[in-house]
Amino acid sequence: MNRTWIILGATSSMARAFARAVAETGAGVLLAGRDVEDMAALATDCRLRGAALAEVVAFDARKPEGFAGIVARMEQEEGELNAAVFVGSMPPQAEIDADPSLIDGTVTDSFTGPARFLQLLAPVMEARGGGTVVGVASVAGDRGRIGNYVYGAAKAGFATYLSGLRNRLTRAGGHVVTVKPGFVDTSMTWGLPGMFLVASPEKVAEDILKAVRKKKNVIYTPFFWRFIMLIIIHIPEFIFKKMKI
Amino acid sequence: MLWKSADYTGWGRVLTATGEVARPERQATLAAALDDALAPAMGMRRSYGDAALNDGGRAIDMTRLDRMLDFDPETGILTVEAGARVGEIAAAFGPKGWLPAVMPGTGFATVGGCIGQDVHGKNHHHAGSFCEHVTAITLRTAKGIVEVTPEKNAALFRATAGGLGQTGVILKAKMRLTPCKGDVMVVTERRMTDWDDFIAHLDMSQATYTVGWIDATAKGAALGRGILEEGETGSGLMPTKIKRRKVPLDAPNFALSSPIVRMFNNAYYRRVPEKGRTVVRPISDFFFPLDKIHDWNRLYGKRGFHQFQCVVPLDQAPALREMLAEIAGSGLASPLAVLKRMGPGRAGYLSFPMEGYTLAVDFPNRAAARELIKHMQARAAEVGGRIYFAKDSLARAEEIPAMYPELDLWRKEVAKADPDGALQTDIVRRLKLRGAK
Repeated sequence: MNRTWIILGATSSMARAFARAVAETGAGVLLAGRDVEDMAALATDCRLRGAALAEVVAFDARKPEGFAGIVARMEQEEGELNAAVFVGSMPPQAEIDADPSLIDGTVTDSFTGPARFLQLLAPVMEARGGGTVVGVASVAGDRGRIGNYVYGAAKAGFATYLSGLRNRLTRAGGHVVTVKPGFVDTSMTWGLPGMFLVASPEKVAEDILKAVRKKKNVIYTPFFWRFIMLIIIHIPEFIFKKMKI
Repeated sequence: MLWKSADYTGWGRVLTATGEVARPERQATLAAALDDALAPAMGMRRSYGDAALNDGGRAIDMTRLDRMLDFDPETGILTVEAGARVGEIAAAFGPKGWLPAVMPGTGFATVGGCIGQDVHGKNHHHAGSFCEHVTAITLRTAKGIVEVTPEKNAALFRATAGGLGQTGVILKAKMRLTPCKGDVMVVTERRMTDWDDFIAHLDMSQATYTVGWIDATAKGAALGRGILEEGETGSGLMPTKIKRRKVPLDAPNFALSSPIVRMFNNAYYRRVPEKGRTVVRPISDFFFPLDKIHDWNRLYGKRGFHQFQCVVPLDQAPALREMLAEIAGSGLASPLAVLKRMGPGRAGYLSFPMEGYTLAVDFPNRAAARELIKHMQARAAEVGGRIYFAKDSLARAEEIPAMYPELDLWRKEVAKADPDGALQTDIVRRLKLRGAK
C-alpha cells in the first residue's frame, strides 16, 4: 500500500532519524521545515535509502497561511497519508523571564502552529479512512518545573490536543501516537549540564515506528521515562513546589 | 550550544584527550564553526591510538553530517558527507547491487576517516586502497573550500589521502561503488596448519575477498596456524537484521589472561572442520564481524588495549614469521590477530599499504606488551616495513621517516594547506609528522 509521511520540523535530529527509518520502509517522505537547503540533502539521503518519494516543502509553524498549500500537496499522493510533528522551540527560561513576548513564539512553535496544521489535515485523513499522526510532546509537559515551564506548558497543551485528535481520528480509522521523549542526544541538548540516560535519535525513531505499527497511544522513549515521570507526577505539590529538578 | 568540553579517547582507550568538541548537524553550522577557527575533524574514533585526538584544543565531531547526497547509477559514483559510515552505505546499496569498493574491518568507520587513513579492506590485493576509489574530496583548508581530485591537484590529493586530516577538514567526497551480486557472502573457511601453509595459500588465493585469522598464541610446529576465509558476494535470502549486543561493563583483566586466550584460540581454530567448509553469511557479518558487539573494546577492561599492525615486503615473510614467533612466545596476545597479503595499491604519501604481508595483533595494555610492540615496530622498520597510523599509539618520531619515504612531500603540501598548524592532532605532535616544530 502506498504510504506517505509528512515530517514537520524535518531538520531536527530526531526528525532526521525518523525520516530515514521511514525511508527504509519504502514509504514516501515530504520533509517540511524552514532550512530548505539542509532538507534537500536529507531528501536525497532518504531517496537513496529507499523512499518512494522524498521532497522538500517549506513550512514555518508561525506562518499558518502556508498550511493549506502543504495539505493540498499531500492530497496529490494516493494512499495513506501520515504526519509526524517534530517542531517545537525551547528558549532558555531565563530569556523568557527577561522577555515574556517569547512565550507567544514558543507556544506557536510547540503547540498552536502544528495544531492548526493538523486541523487542516484531519478531514483529509478522515476522508481516506486511515493514517497515523505522530506528535512529539515532551516529559517536560507532564509537570511544570522552574527550568522550562513555558515550553512544558506548550507541550502539555499539544499533548492534550493530540489526545483529543486521537479521539476524533479513531472514529474514522485513523490513529494518533503521542511520543514523550526523555533526554535525547540532539544538537539542542549537546553540552547541556545534568543530562543522564541519554538516548540516540535513532533509538527514538525506532521506538516511534514500533509504536505506529502497534497502534500505541502514548509512549515514553526510552520506555523507562514512563516510570521516572510516574514518580515525578506523584510527588505531592507541597513538596514539589520546593524542589528544583 | 556549539562547543562542549569533553573527555574522549581513541578506540584502544589508552590515549585520551580533553578539549572542546562541536558536533554540527548542518553544513551551515559547520561552516560557521570553521570560519571562527580551523580545527581538526574526527569521525567515529575507530583509530586505536591518538589519530582522532586533539588534547587541549578543539575538534569537530563529523558524525551527524552523514547524508548521502547523490548517486549516479551509470558510473556508480556516490557523493556523501564526510560523516557517513561505510556500513550504512553498504546496507543501503548492497541490496541494489552496489558496495563501497573498499571496506575496512568496521562498518562504523566514516568516509572522512577512511580517507584520512587511506584504509584497506579484505580485497586490497585486487582493489587497492580506499582513496584509489575516491574521485573527489571537498576540503575546507585554511584558504577556503577546495575541490580536490587526483587529476586537478594531484599533490594535494596525495597529501589528503591517508593524510590524517592535516590538509583540511573533509566535508564531502565522491566515491566509486563497485557492482556486487547481492548482499550475502559465500565464504570458504579453511584451516591453515602452520605458517608456511598459510603464506602459500595467501599467495595462491584468487578470491575477491581474503582474510586470515591467525592464532598468535600457537607455538612450535603449530606456529602460524589459523583460518583462511575467502569470500565472494552472492545473492539469496538471508536474515539481514543482525542482533547487536552491547558490552555491559569493563571486563576484568583475567578475561584475557594467557591460558584463557590459548583455550579460546584452540576452540576457534577447531570450529572450522578439518576439511574446511563453505558458508553463506550476511555481508556485514563477513566484513564487519566485530560490529555485532557494539563496544567490544570494553572487553579489554579499563586499562585499554593496543594493536600492533605492520606490513613487510613480500621477500620479508621469514622476518614476519620470526616476529610472530616472538609474539607467540610472549603469551601476551589476545585472540584478535589477522594475517593478510597486500597488493601495491596506495593513494597517498602517507598511505599504509605496500605489496607484502600485513600482520595485526591486539594486546591488552600491559607494560610487557608495550615493550614487545615497540620492539616489533623497530623490527618492521629494519626489514623495510612500516606501521599503521590508524592503529599506533606507541611508535617513536625517529622511526617514521624511514618507514614513510614520501613524508617530506606530504609535509610540503600540508604546510601550504594549513600553514598555521591549526589541524594538528595528538598523533601528529607525538610522531612529529609535520616536522621539528
